[in-house]
This record gives sequence, structure tokens and C-alpha cells, in this order.
Amino acid sequence: MEMISQIAGWVLLLLGSAFILIGAVGVIRLPDVFARMHGAGIIDTLGAGLILAGLMTQAGFTLIMVKLAFIFIFLIFTNPTATHALARAALNAGVKPLTNFKKTGEDKPSKS
Amino acid sequence: MLHAVSLGAFLYVLWLLLSGLGAPLLLGLGAASACLVVFIAHRMDVIDHEGHPIHLRWRMIAYWPWLLRQIVMSNLHVARVILDPRLPIKPKVVHFKGTQKSELGNVIYANSITLTPGTVTISLEDGNFGVHALTAKTVGDLQTGEMDRRVTSMEIGAPNERNAAPRDKT
Repeated sequence: MEMISQIAGWVLLLLGSAFILIGAVGVIRLPDVFARMHGAGIIDTLGAGLILAGLMTQAGFTLIMVKLAFIFIFLIFTNPTATHALARAALNAGVKPLTNFKKTGEDKPSKS
Repeated sequence: MLHAVSLGAFLYVLWLLLSGLGAPLLLGLGAASACLVVFIAHRMDVIDHEGHPIHLRWRMIAYWPWLLRQIVMSNLHVARVILDPRLPIKPKVVHFKGTQKSELGNVIYANSITLTPGTVTISLEDGNFGVHALTAKTVGDLQTGEMDRRVTSMEIGAPNERNAAPRDKT
């Protein structure tokens, strides 16, 4: 039983890490600040969620599990606020969302 | 008053779970600090149906599993798009009006949109939403209005069509 929860915990941790990596790749590849928020969104929902789930699985039914669950709940409540503040700040600073995106042959660093 | 009692109980349970202590003196101190926070919140006049929406509690808990599922689904979609060498994105800003009755409902809807990757609420003014969507699929998901309907039915307490399905079958 101990063995199974350890393995399941590790699988969840690795999956979460993979999603965080994908989110980071997204932040680099996507073209403008608004599109990049979607990449960051992967990191703080599924990435953080799976890592917390993995840690909870390894902790078992203890107070630590409850505390990790609280972290997840607070994350879910605070993240949209932070993302929205970021988007508003970008809009107020005069950044226009890119709407006619065409993928060029190679990934060039954008000028902005 | 009900909100204050509920907030106090919530804070005390939070304190108990975070501290894990059981000595009578410490339990008393925990209760005292929960009361102090409730008193301060009362002085700040932030104990109301918006800061502490107990009227939504059960319907909110029923809404969360659906929201979590949406978050996972759109995460997989956006992850696939990011890893695609062609990067098939079609960023677009969509404007529409939410059907919620209160500002609290609007905020719950806006936060749900932001939580699902692929869509971010960038403006919200008097129920008018501006949402940045990453791909054609996420634009389509928004336009079905399913999340809008669910948030509104949670807010006003009307039975959701899908949730009420067993009754319809009989």
C-alpha cells in the first residue's frame, strides 16, 4: 500500500513537472503578452495542481494533506485575480492584443 | 450576524487544521484570534454576502467538479497547441455580456474563465466581458455559453438542466 501511494505520488509529481515545462515552453513560444498568459495558466492550474496532488498522495491522510489542499484552494482563488491584474496593467499601458498571428518559418525573437 | 458566525467558525476550523494543536490554552488562544479577526473584519465592514457568500455554499461545491474538469480539458488542449510545431493559434478578443444577476456572479464567471487556460478575462465592466482567447476552439467553447449558464444557475439557484436530468427521465 505504501509502495503504491509512493509510486502514484511520483507519477503525479512527474506529470505536474511535465506540464510546468510545457507551460514554460508556451511562455517562450507564444507571440505576445496576452497569449503568454495562457502558457502561464497551464503552470498554475494543472502544473501546480498535479504537483500538490502528488505531494498529497505521498503525505497520506494526515494534516499535511489538508494543508496542501488549502494551498491548492488558495491558489485557485488568487490566481485569476493576479492574472486579471496583469492583463489590466498591460491594457492600461497601451499593449494591444495581437490578433492576426502568422507562424513564420523559424522561431525568431520578437522585437518588443 | 449569520455571516459573522459563519466566518468565525470557518476561521477557527482553518486555525485548527493548520495548527494541529490540542492543548486547552492554545485552543482558547486560537478561538480568541478567530474572534479578533471577525471583529476587525466587522469594523472594516467587509463581512457581507460578497466577501463571504454562504448563500452559495452547496451550489458552489456542486459547481467545482465541473469547473475542475473544464480546467483539465482546456489544459490538455492548450498544451497540445503549444507543443505543435505549427503553433496553430488564433488569438482573438471576444466581447459579450454575462447573464449573471449580481457582481459576485460576474466575478465568479470571470475567474472561471481565467482559470481555464486558453481564455483570460481582460476586462469586466457592468457585466460586459472582454475575453482574450488563444485558439478557435477556446473561442467556440466560450460561445456555447455553457459556463455562463452554469454560473448563473448556481447564482440564482435554478436547477440546471443537466443536473436535473434524473427528474426529467421519470
